[in-house]
Amino acid sequence: MTDHILSQNSPAARDIDIARSRETRRHRFNAALRYALLTGVGLLMLYPLIWLIGASFKTNSEIFANPGFWPESPTLDGYIKGWKTSTPYSFGTFFVNTLWIVIPKVIGTAISCTAVAYGFARFDFPFKKVLFSALIATLLLPNVVTRIPQYLIFRDLGWLDSYLPLWVPSALAGDAFFVFMLVQFLRAIPRDMEEAARVDGATTWQTLIFIVVPLLMPALISVCLFQFMWTMNDFLGPLIYISSVDKYPISLALKLSIDTTEAFEWNRVLAMSVLSLAPALAVFFLAQKYFIDGISSGGIKG
Amino acid sequence: MSGDNRFLGLIYLSPFIIGLLVFTALPFLASLYLSFTNYNLMNEPVFTGLQNYIRLFTNDRTFRKSLWVTLVYVFMTVPLKLAFALFMAVILNYKLKFINVFRTAYYVPSILGGSIAIAVLWRYIFADVGLVNMGLALLGFEPVNWFGDPTNALFTITLLRLWQFGSAMVIFLAALQSIDKTLYEAASIDGAGKWTSFVYITLPLITPVIFFNLIMQMVQAFQEFNGPYIITQGGPLKSTYLLPIYIYDEAFKRFDMGYASAIAWVLFLIIMALTLVAFWSSRHWVYYAGDKRS
Repeated sequence: MTDHILSQNSPAARDIDIARSRETRRHRFNAALRYALLTGVGLLMLYPLIWLIGASFKTNSEIFANPGFWPESPTLDGYIKGWKTSTPYSFGTFFVNTLWIVIPKVIGTAISCTAVAYGFARFDFPFKKVLFSALIATLLLPNVVTRIPQYLIFRDLGWLDSYLPLWVPSALAGDAFFVFMLVQFLRAIPRDMEEAARVDGATTWQTLIFIVVPLLMPALISVCLFQFMWTMNDFLGPLIYISSVDKYPISLALKLSIDTTEAFEWNRVLAMSVLSLAPALAVFFLAQKYFIDGISSGGIKG
Repeated sequence: MSGDNRFLGLIYLSPFIIGLLVFTALPFLASLYLSFTNYNLMNEPVFTGLQNYIRLFTNDRTFRKSLWVTLVYVFMTVPLKLAFALFMAVILNYKLKFINVFRTAYYVPSILGGSIAIAVLWRYIFADVGLVNMGLALLGFEPVNWFGDPTNALFTITLLRLWQFGSAMVIFLAALQSIDKTLYEAASIDGAGKWTSFVYITLPLITPVIFFNLIMQMVQAFQEFNGPYIITQGGPLKSTYLLPIYIYDEAFKRFDMGYASAIAWVLFLIIMALTLVAFWSSRHWVYYAGDKRS
């Protein structure tokens, strides 16, 4: 209000007013430029995915004839034939296999990483520094250097062509990154409640389950989601360890489908690609807050 | 608590300790040993000293090609990806509505990018008559031979990684948003322009995050496997034959475990050396607020 009265009266205030509106105009221009750039880059980035969805409903002859997203004569052919696959198994089998790899792995990761992070964040014990350094070293150690002997160990254990090589290392807190993330999170939580519980006679185990785990939940959910995504996408692990087609996860099944005669049945491959991306996309959109929080706080590969 | 057994923490750590010994430490040492042996899974490993390494560096053109391709790939991908991620984060870091929508949209490729389905998609959109060439034709350009030409193929693989700039961008954005706004106001009162503020305020304050992203992206880029394995199978003329694919082929197709271990160790030593260089140089360019080096 005062602004308004002043601007009518004094020339100086009018100058300020003009300067301010120039400022607003510059802000609007700046924002418009940013929106244009962001939208342009966004469309360019997401168009391949949008095209993928459209193309999965196209006929084989249309896929490489029309850059548009919308199919001219939409067909479910790709989905129906793709689901049958060229193997004796349907794509459903590969989906179930994937879940059968992913779910135990996620549960094992959550339990073991929580316990280990709790140990690191809340206890003093001999060799703590050495073990924590080992954790950090594992974090930076490229998998490529341990892969071959790991394979030999699993062979000697008789675990080849089973899911054990994919489950067991994670159930032993093998993903150092998650442990590290949880330790960082735990260090930021005050210990008052835990100490109160201990004074009241709770064991460390009870304290962990009833006090720490509920507080840790947001970080723990991030861990589970990332492990879910990475395991869904994992290709090299199954490629090395799984040899029978009936145990294939979707990543191997897709690779198989581009190698076999289906290579000329493009819409089948695209349709199955859409289906294989669907769970990850659904989980991401339902829980994106945890992804963004997880990545911004701890910093995550990707 | 004080009354606790001092080994209690170790009980909670026991899964980690077992995993560390059995699946990390033992394989780590074993692969070093294997790299000095001839081992094809049929017989026991035979110690052959430095023979694998001598063969690698004097008598293996595939290795030299593969090493070169890997280095080109990493040094092309990592700086481009980080620069683009930072650029987009700066654009996003402004009073905009829908900032979360954009952030989410840009992050989607990072979530899906490593999957086989996306590698398959890449094959289709960069095919001779694929989406990209159709788009170029609409704009009046000549089609590009994305995979058939050895000089283009590696670049096409690089694009797949650049496309996943979202995760690095989200980390940059979080860092940018945590910068104290009064610093910019003070600078603008002193007459600093946008660019000056960016170079002298923004960049120094986010160097820890740049450093973190640099290390993470580099370690991952050196281990890229899925993209080139699915899209180009290392071809044409081994122009996308990255070292991890060579290691995989030697180990799990030719079952030459000793030789594959030697290649893996060379790759490991390169990654370690570059990581150490980055850590060492970080004293000179990474700024920690209050100089808390934690």
